[in-house]
Order: sequence, then structure tokens, then C-alpha cells
Amino acid sequence: MSASAPIIKIDGISKSFGSFKVLDGLSMQVMPGEKLALIGPSGSGKTTILRILMTLERIDGGHIQIDGEQLYHMERNGQLLPADERHLTRMRQKIGMVFQLFNLFPHKCVMDNVTLAPMLTKGTPRAAAEKRAMELLEMVGMADKAKNMPAQLSGGQKQRVAIARALALSPKIMLFDEVTSALDPELVEEVMNVMRKLAAETDMTMLLVTHEMGFAHDFADRVLFFDRGRIVEEGKPDEIFRNPKQERTQGFLKKIIAAGHRV
Amino acid sequence: MTQWSGYFGLILQGALVTIELTLMGSVLALLMAFLAGMGRLSRFFVLRALATAYIEFFRGTSIFVQLFWAYFVLPFIGISLTPLQAGVLALGLNVGAYAAEVVRGAIQSIGREQYEACTALNLGRWQGMRHIILPQALLVMLPTFGNNAIELLKATAVVSLISLTDLTFQAQVVRAQTGNTLVPFTTILIIYFILALLISWGVRSLERRMARGLDGVRA
Repeated sequence: MSASAPIIKIDGISKSFGSFKVLDGLSMQVMPGEKLALIGPSGSGKTTILRILMTLERIDGGHIQIDGEQLYHMERNGQLLPADERHLTRMRQKIGMVFQLFNLFPHKCVMDNVTLAPMLTKGTPRAAAEKRAMELLEMVGMADKAKNMPAQLSGGQKQRVAIARALALSPKIMLFDEVTSALDPELVEEVMNVMRKLAAETDMTMLLVTHEMGFAHDFADRVLFFDRGRIVEEGKPDEIFRNPKQERTQGFLKKIIAAGHRV
Repeated sequence: MTQWSGYFGLILQGALVTIELTLMGSVLALLMAFLAGMGRLSRFFVLRALATAYIEFFRGTSIFVQLFWAYFVLPFIGISLTPLQAGVLALGLNVGAYAAEVVRGAIQSIGREQYEACTALNLGRWQGMRHIILPQALLVMLPTFGNNAIELLKATAVVSLISLTDLTFQAQVVRAQTGNTLVPFTTILIIYFILALLISWGVRSLERRMARGLDGVRA
């Protein structure tokens, strides 16, 4: 595969919840190593895209290619069949996700939260998994809390552990779903700092859904503005935030600034 | 003056039988609870149907009749059980049906976000169940399991009807031989109560041990 092929190729996907059409024939591509910010009003479908990529929601129509392979379909003798669990398991190895509410395992200590999946899904020996976990916890500044239980941590600390947990599987693509939305304001910065570092130091492909416009500006190579399940406008952060061309983008940013978010 | 010490020995023997029945019945009930409780959540229709049929049937019929059936009817189809085997079978299957609903409810009480974390970390269905969902659900099940175990203990009294020499049976023996009703029945009342207390304490201390660290205070 050449370096210029997209790592994510979304082709005309649609998704409805009941009668509400969240995504309607959406197409987009992401290049390897790209840092993407998805912004837009609530219900515009940006979180749904992440959840679909993580196979937490199924699509009603369309195709998705990850790293050159179909996500929800399997190619058998030139035919496209619906993916079975084995195919999905293989595809999920390429993708990691961090959730708005952390979703840590409350009955496992920080270390076990991070080592569990590599040991179970990749057969990594405990010693190697713990060594890697310590490096990751070091990177997110949580090494000294390795033996703590999640309930003993602040929201920001939990989220940093959740980031380390997702990284432990070394995915090619990381999805961040409003990872600072549930945090107290004074804890937002510590999580953002970890993610800035991550973006600067790794060549992972990252998709970020956020309402923090300032963060989206620093973090992303490209910003997509979503409204009603469609991409209304996309471009470099400076273009979108300083010079939005579409009326809806302007209106959204104005509202966000009025609500006190930094740009 | 009645020689009570010999009769107390009889009642203590009965207590041992009751304890034995309770323990063995609980093991069977626990096994059935997890089989049927998880069966009800299965992806496969046949498993769901089997589990539902078992639960509804054993909750919907009397423990007396189930016991008589196991002891008196099964021999007609070539299965002869000892009173103890019939007692364990009936008690285990009966209480297991109630506990199966506890298992199902507890598993379903674990939030969707835990299942989603399992998917995002690429854990298989069984891996997620075993390492993430069940350990948390177990804590939810425990208090009700304690209830079920006490119900089972008390239900063991019905096996005296198929001549198993449990507490209740021995109390009736003592009553027949001494003509005294107050002493034997008060004695076994107290013994049942003490046994139930022991179950309560056991379950509660298990609960405390398992909850350690979950709330961030008791770690």
C-alpha cells in the first residue's frame, strides 16, 4: 500500500436511529498520520462516526475501508458479504477509542486496566504487558497511581489512564470522543496536554470529537464542521476558525464563543 | 424426667443432614442459576427458550410436588434416587430457578459503557463476560443470593416428608417418643435461625471483601 492511500475511507454511509437520520450518505477520507478534529452542534453525527468506526454502531448503508480493508464487509470470491465476528475482531485491532465517561473497569486497578486487553487479546506475557503499561502510564503522568483503583482517581486522572489503556493495544487509529466534556474545568488542561504530546510524538491517525475549539485548533491538521449528518465545511484549522466560509459554520462558531469557549 | 441429652444428639444429627442438604443444594442451585441466567441472555434462541422454560416451570410449581416427583415418580422411568439425592435435586433446581433471574438481572444491571469498553478493547464476548461483566455483576447478585440460600435452608424441611432424617424429621421423632412438642420444635426453630444467621454473616463478609476498592474508600 502506498503512503498516499487513505487509512480511513468512508463511502456513502447512512445511519438512522428510529426515524432520525443521523448520517445521510456521508463520505470522507483520512490519510495515515492525520490529526482530524470533528466539530459541530449536538446531534450532527460526529460522535456517531467514531462509534461506527469502533463497531459500536452498525451502518444502514454504504462502505467503510480501514487500512485498505472493508470494515463491515468481507471479500469472498469477489463478493462482498456482511462481516462476521472474526472479521470485526481482526479489524478492531487497528482501532482504539477513548470515551467521554472514561469507561474504566472499576474492579481493576490502574495497572490491570491497562494490561488486561493486551494479555487477553494478544497473548502478551504479564511482565511485558506491565512494562509497556508502565511506559504508557509514565507518558500520561500516572505511573505513581498504577496500583490505585479507578474510584480513587479524579476525572482527569481517569481519562489519562483510559488513554494509556487504549494505547496499550498499539492501534493505528485512535478515536477520541469528547474526552474532556465530562471533566471539571481545572482538569481539562491536563488531559489536553497529554493529547498534544501524543499528537506531536506519534504518527498515529487520530480523530477527535470536541467542543473545545481552541484545542481543536492546536491539535488538528484538518477540521471538519458537521451539521445534520453532513460535512458542511472542512479545511485547515486557521481557515475554519478565522475565516469560515459557510454561514452555518460562522453561526456555530459565534454561538460557541458566546457560550464562553475559547477559540 | 425425660433424658434430653440423647434426644438433643438426635436433633444435632438432623442439623448435620440439614446443613449437608443446604450446602449441596446451594451448589446445584448456583450452577443452575448461572447456566439458566446466562442462557436467558444468549444469542441463540434454543438456549434462551430452554432457560426460560426451566425458570418458569420450577418457579411455577410447588417445591413439595417437585420433591415428590423426584422421589416417587422418577423411579417409574427407571431413575431411583436416594432421599438425599432427590432432596438436593429438587431444592437445587427450585432455588436455582429463582437465582437464575438474579444472575440475569445483575448482568443486565452493568452499564452499557462497560460492554462498549470491552468492544473497544477488542475483548471477545466470553472474555468480556468473564473478566469485566461477571466480576461486577457478582457483587450485585450476592445479597439476593444470600436470600436465596436462606430460602433454600428453610425449604430443606420439606425433605422430612420423604423420610430424610433432617432437623424437622428428627424433631418429629423426638416429639413422638417423648410426647413433648414445645422442646423439640423450639430447639429446631432456634437452630434454623442460627443457621440462617450464619449464612447472612457469611454472605455479608464476602460482599465486603469483594467490594473493597470499588468505592475508593475502603481500599
